[in-house]
Amino acid sequence: MSAKSASDLHQVSDRLAHNALRNVNERLIELVLFAAAAVSVLTTVGIVYVLVSESIHFFQNVSIVDFLTDNQWTPLFDDAHYGIMVLISGTLVSSGVALAVAIPMGTIIAIYLSEFANPKVREVAKPVLELLGGIPTIVFGYFALLIVTPLLQKIFPELPGFSLLSAGLVMGIMIVPYIASLSEDAMRAVPMSMREGSYAMGATKLYTAIHVVVPAAVSGLAASYILGISRAVGETMILAVAAGMQPNLTWNPMEPAATITSYIVQVALGDLPHGSIGYQTIFAAGLTLLLITLVFNIIGQWLRRRYREAY
Amino acid sequence: MQPMTTEQIRALIARGKLKDTLFQAIGILCLGIGLLVIFLLVGDMLMRGMERLNIEFFTEFASRRASQSGILSAWVGTLLVMLVTAAAAVPLGVAAGIYLEEYAKRNWVTDIIEINITNLAAVPSIVYGLLALGIFVYTFGFGQSILSAGLTLALLILPIVIVATREAIRSIPAMIREGSMAVGATRWQTCRYHIIPYAMPGILTGVIIGLARAIGETAPIITIGALTFIAFLPPAPFAPTGMDGATAGMFDWVMSPFTVMPIQIFNWTSRPDPAFEVNAAAAGFVLMGMVLSMNAVAIWLRYRMRKNIKW
Repeated sequence: MSAKSASDLHQVSDRLAHNALRNVNERLIELVLFAAAAVSVLTTVGIVYVLVSESIHFFQNVSIVDFLTDNQWTPLFDDAHYGIMVLISGTLVSSGVALAVAIPMGTIIAIYLSEFANPKVREVAKPVLELLGGIPTIVFGYFALLIVTPLLQKIFPELPGFSLLSAGLVMGIMIVPYIASLSEDAMRAVPMSMREGSYAMGATKLYTAIHVVVPAAVSGLAASYILGISRAVGETMILAVAAGMQPNLTWNPMEPAATITSYIVQVALGDLPHGSIGYQTIFAAGLTLLLITLVFNIIGQWLRRRYREAY
Repeated sequence: MQPMTTEQIRALIARGKLKDTLFQAIGILCLGIGLLVIFLLVGDMLMRGMERLNIEFFTEFASRRASQSGILSAWVGTLLVMLVTAAAAVPLGVAAGIYLEEYAKRNWVTDIIEINITNLAAVPSIVYGLLALGIFVYTFGFGQSILSAGLTLALLILPIVIVATREAIRSIPAMIREGSMAVGATRWQTCRYHIIPYAMPGILTGVIIGLARAIGETAPIITIGALTFIAFLPPAPFAPTGMDGATAGMFDWVMSPFTVMPIQIFNWTSRPDPAFEVNAAAAGFVLMGMVLSMNAVAIWLRYRMRKNIKW
């Protein structure tokens, strides 16, 4: 064997070793990247684990029937009652007010931007909406308490300083950008040929928007409303600042009331010892909140699949 | 049906056009309300907080007297928490995005991760606070520290960073990858030298939007039990601690108690004394300034990106 081919062989084995090393590195890197992606799954597992394990302790002391049917929520008093309906009523009323504002306004803005506005207006309007959606909720809380409530009191003089109404209205404004932007995306995805067909029949823009584009985009609209509902149900700071924090079983938006989220804030602000029943109540409340948002998300996904139109 | 006369048809068309115009007006009105809210908010906070917006406001600690209170501990706390959040969320989010776009095979594991990320985005932020309270504060024993808060917010904005990374990567055409691999680069080398640099502006936009969201988040940080009255700063690296020439460690500050801007505002808005409203307005204005300028940078980046990239 000549010296030349020996050195060739050497080079080849070097290269193979190098390649093997390279492959090990590649596998390692893939593993690291996979671990990073798995963190999101771990987060979900962590959320469920924490909420469920603390809630189990809670339900060892309080029966589920009492939890669901009692009409008082006084976990920190000597005469403790744990009726979650009290908090759920506040959550539902404030979310109802918010959605009564956000769904019409968001949909109208979406229709306007996707069907009527010229591209220049859209270029400006979308970032403005994004800015509105990016305002910290604590600032919206300030807005509700110190600007909207006094304004509303001029119209309804009997409105108390804290109310679900003013918090709900501001929450609605906060949610508008989410609904408007997602709905607009859904409507813009409707193919132009469908609009052209409608225009060719002599329909006006508004008629086309309402009778052609909206029905075609309905699954996307539903998804955006569901997201709006999740935001409203999970919103915390606006309610903690502007809706008062006393538990109050009411369906009247003119009254102050605590919601699930503002109760958690109230307890967290105090100094409850780790492991006490008061500490466990916030996890039971959190689990309830998570279940409510989960139900809405499942409905949303079902709606999307049920009414999905593919073009 | 009677055939219509020309006049009737003209009237019908005019009515349709009128409806179109009316709807446009309503659409512009709804958009205007959004714009008005932003102006009203910023304007009101500026007018109310004007008298407190001076250098001392930034260099003084919170105090029982409203007129001597400042936001020193709050803005330093916000800055440090954001540092931890970015340090955790950026590598994790980018790695997860790269894995899902460049490595993941289409199988059930990938499906679970993807569904998970979508669902996590709809989980109310206060639930992340409960997760952090159970896991970071008590199980890991991080306590009510900057580290706990930073990691909580990192988990909260992780979906935003992942989605932004994936979108940025998806817009890079396949020929870039093919070219790189054709000259013998491995998958990781392709990512390292081509995919990541080209996706950088998009990733950066997502990171900034995520951090702008995190900076205003109040609920999860209250839930882990951050204090509202902090009249000291976290120890600077290697600062003398006072006793026999000992110095603080490089990372002692991450375990320090802290407060952040939104919590300071919440504290001031929930006090009965109206003098603190002035402070809340001034601090709110500063926070809005931070959030809006971050969003503005993100919007500008996206605009520039769209102009520059021509594949």
